Amino acid sequence: MQSIPDIIRTIPLAHYILLSSALFCIGILGVLTRRNAIIVFMAIELMLNAVNLLLAVFSSYYSDPSGQIFVFFIMAVAAAEVAVGLAIIVMIYRNIQSIDIGILNKLKN
Amino acid sequence: MSLIYLIPLLPFIGFVVNGLSFPRIPKQLAAIIGTIPPLVAFILSIQLFVNFDGTTQILHVAEWIKLGDLQIPLDFQIDALSIMMLLVITGVGTLIHIYSIGYMSHDQGFGKFFAFLNLFIFFMLILVLGANFTVLFIGWEGVGLCSYLLIGFWNQKNSYGNAARKAFIMNRIGDLGFLIGIFLLIQDFGSTDYATIFSSIQQGDVPENLGLIALCLFVGAMGKSAQIPLFTWLPDAMAGPTPVSALIHAATMVTAGIYMVIRANVIFELSPDVLQFVGWIGLSTALLGAIIGLFQNDIKKVLAYSTVSQLGYMFMGLGASAYSASLFHVMTHAFFKALLFLGAGSVIHAMSDEQDVRKMGGLKSKMPITYFTFLLGTLAISGIPPFSGFFSKDEILAHLYHHDLLMWSLAILGSACTSFYMFRVFILTFWGDFRGTEKQASHLHESPWSMTIPLIILAIFSVAGGLINLPHFAGGNEFLAHWLAPLLPSTEALGEVSFFSLEMGAPLFAAFIPPLLAIYIFSSKKLIPSEDSQIQGIQKLIYQKFYIDELYDLIIVKPVNFLSVFFGQVIDFLVIDLFVEGIGKIVQYTSTEFRRIQTGNVGYYVFMMVISIAIILFMGLKSWIL
Repeated sequence: MQSIPDIIRTIPLAHYILLSSALFCIGILGVLTRRNAIIVFMAIELMLNAVNLLLAVFSSYYSDPSGQIFVFFIMAVAAAEVAVGLAIIVMIYRNIQSIDIGILNKLKN
Repeated sequence: MSLIYLIPLLPFIGFVVNGLSFPRIPKQLAAIIGTIPPLVAFILSIQLFVNFDGTTQILHVAEWIKLGDLQIPLDFQIDALSIMMLLVITGVGTLIHIYSIGYMSHDQGFGKFFAFLNLFIFFMLILVLGANFTVLFIGWEGVGLCSYLLIGFWNQKNSYGNAARKAFIMNRIGDLGFLIGIFLLIQDFGSTDYATIFSSIQQGDVPENLGLIALCLFVGAMGKSAQIPLFTWLPDAMAGPTPVSALIHAATMVTAGIYMVIRANVIFELSPDVLQFVGWIGLSTALLGAIIGLFQNDIKKVLAYSTVSQLGYMFMGLGASAYSASLFHVMTHAFFKALLFLGAGSVIHAMSDEQDVRKMGGLKSKMPITYFTFLLGTLAISGIPPFSGFFSKDEILAHLYHHDLLMWSLAILGSACTSFYMFRVFILTFWGDFRGTEKQASHLHESPWSMTIPLIILAIFSVAGGLINLPHFAGGNEFLAHWLAPLLPSTEALGEVSFFSLEMGAPLFAAFIPPLLAIYIFSSKKLIPSEDSQIQGIQKLIYQKFYIDELYDLIIVKPVNFLSVFFGQVIDFLVIDLFVEGIGKIVQYTSTEFRRIQTGNVGYYVFMMVISIAIILFMGLKSWIL
């Protein structure tokens, strides 16, 4: 039975980098193009997870556990952020019956 | 000795009380509050005079300016000269306060008037009490301010306000000279104390630019004492109420310049060229004032030009180093000119504010006290013995006789003009038939006691004032000259003169002949000066005061106005405004353009954020690679 870092190291590093870059770009595109606030939210989660993945991989490759600690931190922050964010979205929906971010231009003026 | 502090302090308290309570307290109370301080100050001054033992005392009031080596304390100096000035200021000042109670009784600004008068007395006392040039300068500026406030007292009238401003600005020109003189003194001596400066000069430490200092100080005196070329403000200053003309513009403030030169006689004695200049300026002013006075028809204008001319005499005396004679003339002039102004005020009061002598006449029977006191004043100023003006003017003339014969003869000519125009005004006002309107005739009355009593007291002084410096030939002992001797350079005695020498005879001739001429023209032939439009030729030139005001207007006021209009409308508008407003416009334009990118669209913001992060990362990457 191999250890998890060993299993991770069976796939070359370049593949991980490409994968997480792709995930990150998909996330960015999602944030930029979608107008539904929940989808935008999901895209942000995608970006966070792309970073998490990369951190975990680097941690294994360099045998440095602090990378994984960062991953836990990010997951905790992301969970808190989702809780707050979703609450905001719910409130917005109750107020204007929509979660289209295009309508949310009250910041102007 | 602390009572000395009360002398300037009391008028100041009077000013504060009257100034703060105007117009809530009744006129009678304001009059009492205003009149008591100078009266008490006068009593204190007399006490000071009686107890004076001939030594100069310096009273330290407070530390004032301390800058490195320079120390300017707030000190008072009590000596022969300042005591004499104290007596004149508080004495004549008290009488004029009493007079004002009657003169201003119908005026709404009664309390304010007394407040200003008290403030003036305060500053004038500071001026003469100061123990250094800086304290003198405070008083100097303060009296200028009060003069401005009081000339423009009836400020509803535009021309009065203009006269006040003119006086103030002309004084400022002189003050600039004075201030430069003080700065030079500080530079040379590191002090402005009279004692320090004069003793160091007397010990032989004479700086090279002492002449320049004397000249600068004299420029200050020119402005304050209305000498050529800064004299035109004084006739205009007659816009103020008549007590003001008497107190400020005849008896006290305008003599501040003479006081200052006497005070600084040590400096002037060592600058013979400047002294010569002082003498000639005095002479030309005396002549010019006397000649213009010949044809004026406004009773106060005549007295104003007469004041200008008498001040000229005083400076002439200074020019001949006759300091005690000049102070003597300051004192007698204070008496008789204050008397004449107050008499004129009494006439104007009775005539319902008519000042033109052509519309007066025959007031003798209606106003006997004013008539008689005015007559005594006229005799005194004309230099007819044994009235006070004779002795003081004659002493100056005697010094001039030994100093410069040309000056002397021209001064005699001016003296003749003086007695002519004074008798002209006197005859036109009091003799002959009444030439005013019916309404004025019915209103004619002798003035109330508060106005006549000061007239009577001043008349007594005008008659007997000569006693304080009675020359030897008249049986006196020249009290004032001996009194002042410790402060003045020692001058040789003039020697005995007799009534029958040229030196004595010519002034007497100049005093007696012109009045007879005036009586012949204006009383026997009953000639009345013609209307303004009918005056012609050289008479018109003189009546229009040689067009000096117009000349100043042309060469100074107009160019300055033109420059200010140019700066105001061209430079300010095209350069400064364009620049300042241009900056504002640019900011405004760019901000309206930039605020277009603030759409309020969240998606747009996020997009910009991503683009920006990408750019930053790209730049970071570039610098990392390079």
